[in-house]
Amino acid sequence: MLVSLKWLSQYVDISGLEPEELAEKITRSGIEVEAVNHLSKGLKKLQIGQIKEATPHPDSDHLNICQVDFGEEELAQIVCGAPNVAVGQKIVAVRPNGYVGGKKIKKGKLRGTVSMGMICSLQELGIDGKTVPKAYADGIYVVSDDVPVGADAIEVLGLDDVVLELGLTPNRADAMSMLGVAYEVAAILDQEITLPDTAHETIAEKAADVIKVSVEDTKLNPMYAAKVVKNVKVAESPLWLQQYLMVSGIRPLNNIVDITNYILLEYGQPLHAFDYDQLGTGEIAVRLATEGEAIKTLDEKDRTLKATNLVITNGEKPVAVAGVMGGFDSEVTEATTTVVIESAYFDGLSVRYTSKDLGLRSEASARFEKGLDPNRVLPAAERAAQLMAELAGGDVLEGTVLVDELDKEPARVVVSPDFINNRLGMKISLNEMVSILKRLRFDVEPANGLLIIDAPTRRQDIKIEEDIVEEIARLYGYDEIPTTLPVAEIVPGHLNRNQQVRRTIRYQLEEAGLYQALTYSLTSDALAQKYALETAPTTRLLMPMSEERSTLRQSVLPHLIESLVYNISRQADTVALYEIGSVFLGETAEGLPLEREHVALAMTGKWVENAWQGEHKQVDFFVLKGALEALFEKLSVADRITYVAAKVDGMHPGRTADILLDGERIGFLGQLHPQEQKNLGVKDTFVAEFNLAQVLAADIAPLQYVAVPRFPSISRDIALVVDRTTTAASLEEIITAAGGKLLKAVNVFDVYEGDHMEAGKKSIAFSLTYFDPERTLTDEDVTAVHDKVVAALQENGVTLR
Amino acid sequence: MQEQLAQLKAEVLEKIAAAQDLKQLNDVRVAYLGKKGPITDLLKGMGKLPQEERPKMGALVNETRAQVQEVLDARKVELEAAALDAQLESETIDVTLPGRTVKVGNHHPLTRIIEEIEDLFIGMGYEVAEGPEVEKDYYNFEALNLPKGHPARDMQDTFYISEEILMRTHTSPVQARTMEKAQGKPIRIICPGKVFRRDNDDATHSHQFNQIEGLVVGEDIAMSDLKGTLDLFAKKMFGEDREIRLRPSYFPFTEPSVEMDISCFKCGGEGCNVCKGTGWIEILGAGMVHPNVLEMAGYDPKKVTGFAFGMGPERIAMLKYGVDDIRHFYTNDVRFLEQFHRAED
Repeated sequence: MLVSLKWLSQYVDISGLEPEELAEKITRSGIEVEAVNHLSKGLKKLQIGQIKEATPHPDSDHLNICQVDFGEEELAQIVCGAPNVAVGQKIVAVRPNGYVGGKKIKKGKLRGTVSMGMICSLQELGIDGKTVPKAYADGIYVVSDDVPVGADAIEVLGLDDVVLELGLTPNRADAMSMLGVAYEVAAILDQEITLPDTAHETIAEKAADVIKVSVEDTKLNPMYAAKVVKNVKVAESPLWLQQYLMVSGIRPLNNIVDITNYILLEYGQPLHAFDYDQLGTGEIAVRLATEGEAIKTLDEKDRTLKATNLVITNGEKPVAVAGVMGGFDSEVTEATTTVVIESAYFDGLSVRYTSKDLGLRSEASARFEKGLDPNRVLPAAERAAQLMAELAGGDVLEGTVLVDELDKEPARVVVSPDFINNRLGMKISLNEMVSILKRLRFDVEPANGLLIIDAPTRRQDIKIEEDIVEEIARLYGYDEIPTTLPVAEIVPGHLNRNQQVRRTIRYQLEEAGLYQALTYSLTSDALAQKYALETAPTTRLLMPMSEERSTLRQSVLPHLIESLVYNISRQADTVALYEIGSVFLGETAEGLPLEREHVALAMTGKWVENAWQGEHKQVDFFVLKGALEALFEKLSVADRITYVAAKVDGMHPGRTADILLDGERIGFLGQLHPQEQKNLGVKDTFVAEFNLAQVLAADIAPLQYVAVPRFPSISRDIALVVDRTTTAASLEEIITAAGGKLLKAVNVFDVYEGDHMEAGKKSIAFSLTYFDPERTLTDEDVTAVHDKVVAALQENGVTLR
Repeated sequence: MQEQLAQLKAEVLEKIAAAQDLKQLNDVRVAYLGKKGPITDLLKGMGKLPQEERPKMGALVNETRAQVQEVLDARKVELEAAALDAQLESETIDVTLPGRTVKVGNHHPLTRIIEEIEDLFIGMGYEVAEGPEVEKDYYNFEALNLPKGHPARDMQDTFYISEEILMRTHTSPVQARTMEKAQGKPIRIICPGKVFRRDNDDATHSHQFNQIEGLVVGEDIAMSDLKGTLDLFAKKMFGEDREIRLRPSYFPFTEPSVEMDISCFKCGGEGCNVCKGTGWIEILGAGMVHPNVLEMAGYDPKKVTGFAFGMGPERIAMLKYGVDDIRHFYTNDVRFLEQFHRAED
């Protein structure tokens, strides 16, 4: 809502306050003032002049050399490029060394011709192009003939005004009108308020004799008031009216339409003016549209209606969409002589849904949706009739044709001062409360220790005791509320296991060199299931803004890889990222997708880098695996995790493994498929993703001390020659089974294939550690077990090297 | 024989002095004092001496031997010191060369902010509550006093999945779910999480962002408790000399509703580019839980009251660290992420 302070001061005395001071007071007590715009900012030395001569510039196809009368001895020569410049016009010009838009205009030359200033358009004077009257939208502004030459144009145009930009919350629909703002300001400043006088003369002819009004559903349209004004002369509005509309963000059209918009702003009551003759039937009938019924609206668009849309008809066909927009065919034009004024109350929800259906929001619908003051329907109609008589020379017919079943009773709230003080945690006296409510023009009566309050109907947001608490608090001042802390039993706060584990994972992976990334949950259909550990029906938005963000992800990796690629394409050679995030699978009994937390890792580039020592190690499968092993160690499941070669779409078929927990697949790790890497423009890239929920579900034995060894251990090494495809894990299994209780640890310490090896074979060496917690092992003890291990290996076709 | 001994002594002392390192010195020791050395030979040759001269001569030889040993030991200490010096000299490194790189990652800046806020409130007895990112219209709106068609729904442009299911637009549904589950019991929770709005991504908008909300429900919870809690939060999070101010605002799920500003942590309130010259920075929205919300969750609003507050980690991070574009939080540029390496702000 844009509030002209000049306009506002017609209703409430704000003199003696700087606009910024006023803005601060309004902001601190309830409505945020987002900006204070001094319209004259950047404007200086603007005068009204009259063009006496205009000759085309000899060296230009669009410039005119104008001789302008500013009431001085000599005419001033100004070169002007506007297409609408003409002799006799009274225009606004900035004189030499004056300012427009904060820019100094000096005496200068245009194509070799001296120009003493500049003739201005409204846009150049700071008026928003969207609100400039169409006649002047593409050229200079022309003022009416009665303005004297030489006058200060800033005053003439009303630019000596300040406009407050209010950021209104949906509850404060009352402040969508100048009167509403005036009431608010009057309450803040404890000032009187002056309401507009709507008195006007009428002619003998009765409105009821020329127009009939009927309403089919008085739930959707509880009140409809029609007035008729004859003999109007449709013309441009007086400058003051145009100026108020423009600074309020509405484009002036003609006096009749401007008056309805003026009252929309003044009272917050949307009005519509029909051309009586175009209505053609002398009848207004409000009903629901029939499905598929058509109407061309004021914006010249053909629209198809639904059976739930409320329309105004002339008894035959729709002439307006109720509360949203008027019809094109019955709009007021220059030819109009008789006007029907509509002032009505439509159901907010109905208007909201209709406006949504049509994708059409208007100043009117915005107000209906939030709820009008039922007691302003009639005054607004009277005010419109008055102004049409005054500004358009119309004759107002006697009376108002009415359908009225609207409840206009104020909301009653009964609240005790204690309730208010308890909610606020402070002590405000009863008198203070009453005084605040009176400033707000609430009817208040203290009785039996209670406050009986009737809220004015313009404040549709006041319904319950808590609303009164807020009214008192905001005007008393939130600064006055003391600071205390809740008093309650002390309960220690803590993270639950999932939250703790998440933190553990973060710290562990960061220690392993990975940075935490955050990516989007929404992705494209194409990526939603890529690398997914498990797929289920996807969840898709009803109306995505783009295909790229249309579907919920079922794996974290695609976006994490995207982030990795983003870095690589910006000259990074090493990237290591992880993310803990949700994936969305199918549908649960509750109707929502199953949300499961996954952990994903992606690494490429160098792992060890010591430039001056000449050490560079590239990330490989085992770097990533090591990071995971360390993580699973921290999560106490390392000894239950196994890795099995696996095939995953998009992954290197020989360098990918499933991660199993207690034999169940919880995720995978590996290298991206070389083709994939090529497509993405990255070098060897290793990724992993696992389901955190499964890790969390694993039963973990409590941490228990195991005696530190008191006896030495003995180790023996064996080197084995096996097929290239034989896995270390399978050999380890044989060794472990044969080694029995005394075998404490088995570690691979060398793997070799290549020269000196038979084709298709490799050598793999293990270090075996034997240990007995009860005694010192002898050589013989160890040899006995070790021989069993060797025998078991040989039985399985393994050759000792 | 005495002469021979004296000569031998002179000779060995000269050799000791001439020894340049421990090996040479050891060679001298072995050559002269060893079992096959001349001094031992002298002792062996004593048998040829007359009986009465033997003790005298023996003592002399031993004395000489001891003297030589003493000089030799002294020389050894000297040479050892020299050898150590030489070793140290040769082992000297350029300590200004860079150390071996230990690659360590770090938290995302938003996690950093979120964990800090979580810990702060955990210290005040709050639990961390979480909920689904895909929500029911009921928990996201209706249970929060936003029935279908409520104009305030426009404040939050929503991604719908179906008429009844949506991407949550705030973390408030976690509050609604927690209250419903608590069955009338007191609550103190902090709810961090991802939320979604129908917005085009640009420097100041993101279709996905984070929120942290707090909720306290119990008997006799007053607005002053909210103010006190927020004041404490502002001081711990942004500095002990921060002041707060509350401005009236509107949220459908609280009444009264306020917005909280803190005095600018950059200029201290004098006005700068961070606070846009006002001296104040808007940090969060808050209010007393609306009685309808309490009632829908099964509380008796006559007996039980509560307060709630909510803020955006992105906004806090942007203000605190001077980040100028919200998209940085989601592109994961390592050059951005690695700037949040240090432990303290």
